[in-house]
Amino acid sequence: MSDILELSAAQAAAAIAAGSLSASELFELYRSRAVADHEAGEDGLNCFTWVADGQPDAASAAAPLGGVPLAVKDLFCTKGVPSQSGSRILEGYLPPYTASAVARLDAAGTSLLAKTNQDEFAMGSSTENSAFGVVRNPWDRGRVPGGSSGGSAAAVAAGLAPWALGTDTGGSIRQPAALCGIVGLKPTYGAISRYGMIAFASSLDQAGPLTRDVRDAALMLRHMVGRDECDATSLEFPEEVALPTAERLDGVRLGVPEELSGEGIESGVLDAFHAALARAQQLGAEVSQVRLAHAPQALSAYYVLAPAEASSNLARFDGVRFGMRTVDPDHPSDLLEMYTRTRHDGFGAEVKRRIMLGTYALSSGYYDAYYGRAQRVRTKIAGDFAAAFAQVDLIVTPTAPTVAFALGEKTDDPLAMYLNDVCTVPMSLAGIPAISIPCGLSAGLPVGLQIAGPAFSENRLLAAAHALERAIAFDGSAARV
Amino acid sequence: MAQLARLALSEDEIEPMARELSAVLDHVAKIAELELDDVAPTSHVVEVTGALRPDLPRPSLPRELALAQAPAVSEDGFLVPSPQAQ
Repeated sequence: MSDILELSAAQAAAAIAAGSLSASELFELYRSRAVADHEAGEDGLNCFTWVADGQPDAASAAAPLGGVPLAVKDLFCTKGVPSQSGSRILEGYLPPYTASAVARLDAAGTSLLAKTNQDEFAMGSSTENSAFGVVRNPWDRGRVPGGSSGGSAAAVAAGLAPWALGTDTGGSIRQPAALCGIVGLKPTYGAISRYGMIAFASSLDQAGPLTRDVRDAALMLRHMVGRDECDATSLEFPEEVALPTAERLDGVRLGVPEELSGEGIESGVLDAFHAALARAQQLGAEVSQVRLAHAPQALSAYYVLAPAEASSNLARFDGVRFGMRTVDPDHPSDLLEMYTRTRHDGFGAEVKRRIMLGTYALSSGYYDAYYGRAQRVRTKIAGDFAAAFAQVDLIVTPTAPTVAFALGEKTDDPLAMYLNDVCTVPMSLAGIPAISIPCGLSAGLPVGLQIAGPAFSENRLLAAAHALERAIAFDGSAARV
Repeated sequence: MAQLARLALSEDEIEPMARELSAVLDHVAKIAELELDDVAPTSHVVEVTGALRPDLPRPSLPRELALAQAPAVSEDGFLVPSPQAQ
């Protein structure tokens, strides 16, 4: 039984194809573990908002992912299965269709195991903003798993799902992956269709894998990429996604941006980061410093752009077409009261904060000073990356400035919470791919190494991440429940 | 601002909201320090061309499915309080 839990998703798919493992046995093993966590609520890790109640239809024998169970972040629409984006306003919402990313994985043979808990509308860095309770970090239950894809990250780290789908707007795959000691990939913007993802910030949102190892991330990516006519911003992936095998980094030029690798980063994180750089050099990489001169302004630009887009996207939650409705009992026929009360009762504090911030940034008289300027900073940041990639192949930074912090530590200080995203936001603004892999422990908690590359360089990125992963040989078994 | 965002805020929400938003806006003011007059804005990072699909008639979401998740429906539509009512 426990041997099966040790298999990566790729290994499980291979074992099913070879006939040495039954898909239904694998599914039931994970399902029973997920059900136990779900039933425990906040006494468990609270990874899930929904768990499958039985066996799914058997996958076709020819399907490359052979029935491997998949956990999916709550904000992906899944037909007939609750899709609530962690929000009270969508409690019990059953979409009439399935998101393209999930549908493609389904077509490749995965079986929907569970929906995972998340920060409400993906707004958060700790998964403490969910209407369905906080998620705990399996390395230390008094700490956060990161966010917003905290349920997906904690589930994979704890062995409650073989792999999971998440989304990343400013770091929401990479940062929880780092804090939970697993692999998380944010692909190039446009690589995967956003159709059926409940939107947060449309120019930044991107789906991606949270997995135990780099090969699994490549495998999941392979089956999601490509143009989708339901998402006008999706693009054809220029090459096949390869399953990485690299063990060396000979000739690979790694750039370390001084703006994201010193000030504001915890010393234990820096120690693990420098140890990973030394490993990379042993594997043949050339490591040099690069400048991302506008990185210090990236977080400011992000916290204008993302709330601005969110305030617009979340206008659809008005008590008319889906979700909850609250009316003024004294004036039940007042439409404006219905809107404002529904949104008051349905949205949590962080979502309200960002809607207010975004509405302000877009309002007449302030638009140029906030939204307009932030868009220009975005141009500068993309230019910084383009200049850096003329000198180096890939950029490496710590994924997050700290290890997992205590539950409740930053909930009263939104700005302190936002600083978690300082190393991940620049890549999001530039739309480039970035992966986080575990690179060691600091005080017994995982540290993530972020590797970023130019648009559509996923194959090179995954190859380098694979070589480093092999050399670092991080052991995540302590997090399994 | 709350009215513009169609959000009702209770009395005890207003003070912390104002305080927290002020702190965030002070931080965001960093972008005012840069010289950006000659810089073009980026609204989208990828070049998308020919994004339109062929304009062919095809079935849309059936009405009963579209209405199934609404908080209130009439026979064939979403039911809302009248915008004319006071």
